[in-house]
Amino acid sequence: MIRKLLTGNAAAAWGARLAKVDYVPAFPITPQTEIIETIAHWIDIGQMDCRMVTMESEHSMITAAGAAAATGVRVFTATSSQGFLYGMEMIYTVAGWRTPFVLVNVSRALSAPITLEPDHNDVLAARDSGFLQIHCATCQEVLDSVLLAYRLGENERVRLPVIVNLDGFYLSFTREPVKIPDEKNVKEFLPPYDPGETHFRAGDPISQGVVVLGGSQYSYFRYETHYASLNALGVFEEISKEYEEVSGRSYQPVEAYRVEDAEIVFFMIGSFATKAKDAVDRLRKVGCKVGLLRPLLLRPFPVKPIIRALAGKKGVAVIDQNLSLGKGGVLHAELSSALYGATDSTPVLVSFIGGLGGRDITREEFYEMVAVTRKASETGEIPPPRLLYTAEELMRMKGLQSIARVARQKGGGKS
Amino acid sequence: MLGTGTPTCAGCGALENIKIFCDILGEKTVFVNAAGCMTLLTVYPFTPFRGSWLYTAMASAPAGAQGVRDALDLLIRDGRLAPEEYLAVVVLTGDGTAYGMGLSATSAAIYRKLDFIYICYDNEGYGNTGYQFSAATPYAARTATSKGPRGYRGYKKDLFAIWAAHRPAYVATVIGTEPADLARKIEKAKGLRGPRLFIALSPCPTGWQFEPAKTVEIGKLAVKTGIWPLKEYLDGKVVHTRIPPPRGRRPPVEEYLKRQGRFTHLFSPTRNEEILKDIQASVDAYWEGVI
Repeated sequence: MIRKLLTGNAAAAWGARLAKVDYVPAFPITPQTEIIETIAHWIDIGQMDCRMVTMESEHSMITAAGAAAATGVRVFTATSSQGFLYGMEMIYTVAGWRTPFVLVNVSRALSAPITLEPDHNDVLAARDSGFLQIHCATCQEVLDSVLLAYRLGENERVRLPVIVNLDGFYLSFTREPVKIPDEKNVKEFLPPYDPGETHFRAGDPISQGVVVLGGSQYSYFRYETHYASLNALGVFEEISKEYEEVSGRSYQPVEAYRVEDAEIVFFMIGSFATKAKDAVDRLRKVGCKVGLLRPLLLRPFPVKPIIRALAGKKGVAVIDQNLSLGKGGVLHAELSSALYGATDSTPVLVSFIGGLGGRDITREEFYEMVAVTRKASETGEIPPPRLLYTAEELMRMKGLQSIARVARQKGGGKS
Repeated sequence: MLGTGTPTCAGCGALENIKIFCDILGEKTVFVNAAGCMTLLTVYPFTPFRGSWLYTAMASAPAGAQGVRDALDLLIRDGRLAPEEYLAVVVLTGDGTAYGMGLSATSAAIYRKLDFIYICYDNEGYGNTGYQFSAATPYAARTATSKGPRGYRGYKKDLFAIWAAHRPAYVATVIGTEPADLARKIEKAKGLRGPRLFIALSPCPTGWQFEPAKTVEIGKLAVKTGIWPLKEYLDGKVVHTRIPPPRGRRPPVEEYLKRQGRFTHLFSPTRNEEILKDIQASVDAYWEGVI
């Protein structure tokens, strides 16, 4: 084991390297590009033995990834945002092929307006695709999750591709100390890929991805894939125990931080959860009983551990770093459906939208969210979803708008 | 080599092409398919292919071929697969994919010198959705989206020239109704490595509107009238493999057109001399450029 300062992107590349992947179809996009640059360099200097092919688009990249996995090799690929959506047809398709491989998505907000910094609308667009999803909060988790993802997806009860998600900029370009496990420990945890019946070979011809006609056959295969995804929850718990034995680090499908005796709980995913942790610690110091519940696994959705963790709580502040336009936060809807009718005393859920396009969520805002949620739990009156935005931000925005107006009038243009 | 009982339409010109490809390429193949009529060859739980099959999506069959080829090469290189398990990777798409949505993925696969065979069965329109015009549709043809008195206002894209401009190992135009020419070209391609691409004109009884029994007659007229030149690109040179008799001695192109419902508006209720002349002139000009 060595300890190194790594960016989230470098940690993802280390995951692929330690997993001894055979094949990396690639395509550059900010903020993911450092991952494929790192792998390309390792291949060039002989530190990694795999084939990397730069495709002409993410649509082709994900097709090649699925096709290679369907032929029987271990595959790694990575993308972000617009590229992720450009490949969306194939994200659904290769999940249906039941081909296990790992796709790292470095979250970045979606156009329009086009931007570079993160939120989770990109990865959540694949929520219903059949890909499993692991969401990381630290660079260490990125490396570990890539290794866990291979074991999880390749498991015979699962056989599905896995997305490992990390936030652009906040994780992708942030250096944190990361423990890099030894190759021999990884080998013990993650043996070479066994493709089972998934292969193409002359002696045993097979048809994959074929047409089915009629809803009965279609439904059968979709249900089967759904069950496979649900199986991943139990498998995750099993393999994370094994991973703890070789790495000393333990992961649960849902991380519960100071939740046990908490009255108010933050519920969120991704790197901003580390900011919530800091707020929890500070609030605890002044006697405020708060905690943080963070799903690492978003698909399958760990319903039971979430119900258990939130039983008897007064209120939950659901922080969505995404916005389902015309509805609200995606996590809020996910959590509501998991909790509704699950126990006699369901906590009140208050929805907050924040961190879109990389907008920060400040310490004061975390405090305010606790206060609003506490009030809702006491009065029983649940406020409408709150879109985090400060008066100062609004003033600055108005300032920019007046500059834009003046510039347009001076230029004489009509756009 | 191709099994019987497929759900293709009676008289399907594409199937005629594919049968010959299968006979010559043998069973050590994996067909990588894009959305189109031939996707329906393999409907769960049946397949007419002796080899393997992977359906991808409309735009990215060549990328699927890249993944399969690379993975097979790696497995054989590492001894995880015996060398005799080698498979030829064959992309199979219609013209809607080849001339349009799949062109980017094809260009990239050729550019990367992918070792694969590409068969475009060209029935000159989006056949599987009811025959709307595609970039492969010939001038003046009536399709479900060009029903006006002048038919389709565009001109067939020169995919042969586009593919050949990438300098791949081999490009050929073929048609199933000239089986000797087709077979010879497949044999030639089989002996080469790298991108080997075929545009196979595929008379389509339902789209072109003719009796299924007439597929061979129409296919033969496509070559005899000179509207479908049979040629190949190899080592930077284009060679025509069948040269029709010179102008005046070869049958006029209307012999080919008048047998198809998609061109009847050029003959009745009145003859559209202007369009017929245009089409003949473009065929004549093509062959003048050749000879």
